[in-house]
Amino acid sequence: MAWVNAIIQGVLTGGLYALFACGLSLMFGVMKVVNLAHGDLAVVAGYIAIFVITVMNVPVLWSFLIVVPVMAVLGYALQRTLIQSSLDRGVLTTLIVTFGLSVVIENGLLQFFTANSRGIGAGLPLVSESFSLGSQIQIAYLLVVIFAVAVVVLSGLQYFLSRSKYGRLIRASADDQEAVQLSGADYRHVFGICAALAFGTVALGGIAYGMYSQLSPTTGTDTILLFAFAAVVIGGLGSLWGTLLGGIVLGVAQQIGAQINISYELLAGYLVFLAVLVLRPQGLITRGAQS
Amino acid sequence: MSLTTETSARPAAGFRVTRSQRNVVWTGAAALVVVVVLAFFPYFVYSGTTSILVQAFIVLTMASMWNLLAGYAGLVSVGQQAFVGLGAYFVLILAINGISPFAALPVAAIGSGVVALPLWWLVSRLRTGYFAIATWVLAATIMLIIERFSSIGGGTGMPLPGFSGFDPTLLTAYTYWAGLAVTVVTLLVIYLILRGRLGLVLTAIRDDEVAARSSGARVGLARMLVFLVAGAGCGAAGGVLAISQLQVQPSAVFSVQWTAEMAFATIIGGLGTIEGPIIGTAVYMVLQQTLASYNAWYLIILGLVAIAIALFARRGLWGLVDSRLNVRLFPVGFWLRLDGEANGRRSRTPRPRRPAKRGA
Amino acid sequence: MTSPPGQVKGDGEVAGGARPENGTPLLEVRDLTVNHGQLRALDSISLRVFPGEVYAIIGANGAGKSTLLRTIAGLHRPAAGSVLLEGTDLTRQRPERRARQGIVLVPEGRRLFGSLTVEENLKVGTAYARPGPWSIEQVYETFSWMRDRRSQRTAQLSGGEQQTVAIGRALVANPRVLLLDELSLGLAPVIVQRIYGMLPQILATGLTVLLVEQDVSQALRVASHIQCLLEGRTTLEGRPADVTAEQVEAAYFGLAGVAPAGPPVEGSESLWPG
Repeated sequence: MAWVNAIIQGVLTGGLYALFACGLSLMFGVMKVVNLAHGDLAVVAGYIAIFVITVMNVPVLWSFLIVVPVMAVLGYALQRTLIQSSLDRGVLTTLIVTFGLSVVIENGLLQFFTANSRGIGAGLPLVSESFSLGSQIQIAYLLVVIFAVAVVVLSGLQYFLSRSKYGRLIRASADDQEAVQLSGADYRHVFGICAALAFGTVALGGIAYGMYSQLSPTTGTDTILLFAFAAVVIGGLGSLWGTLLGGIVLGVAQQIGAQINISYELLAGYLVFLAVLVLRPQGLITRGAQS
Repeated sequence: MSLTTETSARPAAGFRVTRSQRNVVWTGAAALVVVVVLAFFPYFVYSGTTSILVQAFIVLTMASMWNLLAGYAGLVSVGQQAFVGLGAYFVLILAINGISPFAALPVAAIGSGVVALPLWWLVSRLRTGYFAIATWVLAATIMLIIERFSSIGGGTGMPLPGFSGFDPTLLTAYTYWAGLAVTVVTLLVIYLILRGRLGLVLTAIRDDEVAARSSGARVGLARMLVFLVAGAGCGAAGGVLAISQLQVQPSAVFSVQWTAEMAFATIIGGLGTIEGPIIGTAVYMVLQQTLASYNAWYLIILGLVAIAIALFARRGLWGLVDSRLNVRLFPVGFWLRLDGEANGRRSRTPRPRRPAKRGA
Repeated sequence: MTSPPGQVKGDGEVAGGARPENGTPLLEVRDLTVNHGQLRALDSISLRVFPGEVYAIIGANGAGKSTLLRTIAGLHRPAAGSVLLEGTDLTRQRPERRARQGIVLVPEGRRLFGSLTVEENLKVGTAYARPGPWSIEQVYETFSWMRDRRSQRTAQLSGGEQQTVAIGRALVANPRVLLLDELSLGLAPVIVQRIYGMLPQILATGLTVLLVEQDVSQALRVASHIQCLLEGRTTLEGRPADVTAEQVEAAYFGLAGVAPAGPPVEGSESLWPG
């Protein structure tokens, strides 16, 4: 029964990982940007939420209403300036710049907020309580809510991409940047919107993680970035719902690992990631040139 | 309607191709002098200074490796800390079994190079972005695996045995010489590689990968060799790190901070040149020493400077110097000397080209 | 029987009438010079396109034809010269601005958005469209097969179908000047003829067409004015009715010894006298 509990836990955590991953999938799928600072941005969002909650006295559960738009705007600005300039100079530069950004953000957080971890909404019943299914299964309310949020966000993104004008432009820009210009669209603006979506969703992920676990300056790279990437890779690039599938597989693998030995949790996840990289490389090099 | 065609034929001038300018004799001699002077440091310099220099040696070695990877082979690895850690643990394991840590250094280097082989097999087919992430995951995985073994310290690490009975000043001196030796060997190896055939292939890849492939260059093989050498080099640096810290802690030796430092030093100094990492390391050390009391600031500033240079001065600080002075400390290029010209024309590090914005 | 310039004759060919040489051309290119790295792709090219014309650029591979269209569309920055739309200088404008002003390019190789459906491709075309007679509905009226296949991904269409969708995507933007780059590339001659057969309907809605075509006879059939490029320079310019096959051949291949239709190029030397 402990196994069933673990698997349910793993599946639900998949929702959290999907929130991490969908923005990464968008940015990589559309703009071919590997944003190494992706995880750190989630942490930044979490810290902004903490600030908004403690200093501006916004209720915990409404903090996202401020944080998400702020991060979205930040995403648009960063894309139009830093990331677009890097893209114009090639993949190498983009990796270097986003890596630099990651280091700067982490050390900036370290400098101003110390290395202590912080949680969000620690006292709230939603965050700390769980319900039971039968005698052996314990499910945290928070995980269910996060999973539900992930489903809503993914549905919303999917709808936006398939039905709206900008969604179409985003998909078109992913196919052919130059042809989109010929249709009158400024692809830099389209990319900006894509980045805004990515930053907004990862902000939700950061807040969620702050509630589920704790945030520290290094959480972005220790945890979030690699999990996000794992979810994208396992689920298959180019598919938004794939990030949920990838997140679920990752979560379940981790929980199974934890059942075997509590300290195997992270390792199990990484090994699954590496296995997919090795066994399913087709999913990763289909777009023409190899490394 | 007629057409004008121009045939501008100049008579073929006499020419020679040489490997270096006349001044190389002087720079070579100067380098030798520098190394000898550095070797004598422990005799007349405070141990505080030599410790700082050991740090510089470690960073310089790693930066040279990262330069080889990213600047020549086009491989952006964010997981070199895996080899730093492996090198440290090789030294630790051998020390536990009674071998002197200093003697263990070559083993650390070779061992790391050997481990690099299966790792290369795992990641070699991945495109640039995935390659970067894969190397990061590999590093994290290796750390987690090593942490499982309590006999080598588990998650908390353990002190490096084999130094009992060592006079502290002597230890500092030996550590310094070990660091100096590793650095000199590293730079020598890189110089020889780049001067030889592999270097030609690498420079071709650096300038234009597609052209390199279509000229028949064995790009895959060259990349693999670079990855192995980089693994060995970072392993050696990790060994020196272990010796200088007298202990091996997984979170310290496997920290992604090492990659950050070697990457930033290289970029600031100049990607794709041998001299670049040297300059970059110097900048890094200066920043670290002046800001040491301000904790994370030196990494913040280092990061910002690296971003700025990556965007606006892609050939780094050395690139800025190079274009003015037309000088090379390490003669790995080719000079074309036309008869009648006093100075040769040199093969230049090309200005990095912006990629064409074609659609799919 | 003569038709007014640009108007369709009974057999689908376009008549070239007198051009209003003193008026403002709709599209003008002045002394355009474009470099590709060290290669000079276009050397001081000029042309003028008047409303209602079908202006064809012909020339061998590498002559600079596509470069010319792409520079007019804004995808290349010229080293010298200018591009004007009704007298307004567009040379500094980004491609998307030019598209919104009415210069719409159907690029070489179709360049449809493969993962989008036919209708979605057309919808992208309408995103920044000018007001005018063309709409998605109108495109379906003109190319009836498209209506049935509108939910199909364009990557699954045949070459000729893709070319038509690409033209449709440009049309729904209601351009003033439609730039067509090598429509015939990779398509069977029958398909090509069918596509060019649509030109009259397109022109009837008030568009002007500037096209690049490798198939010389096809170009001569549809154009009201032609210009031949060779290695980035103009070797011939005039109406199809006024040039002989020999002149076109000479201009295309760069052979000397044939009297040109237009004024001789200043300062040119004959390589093969006689």
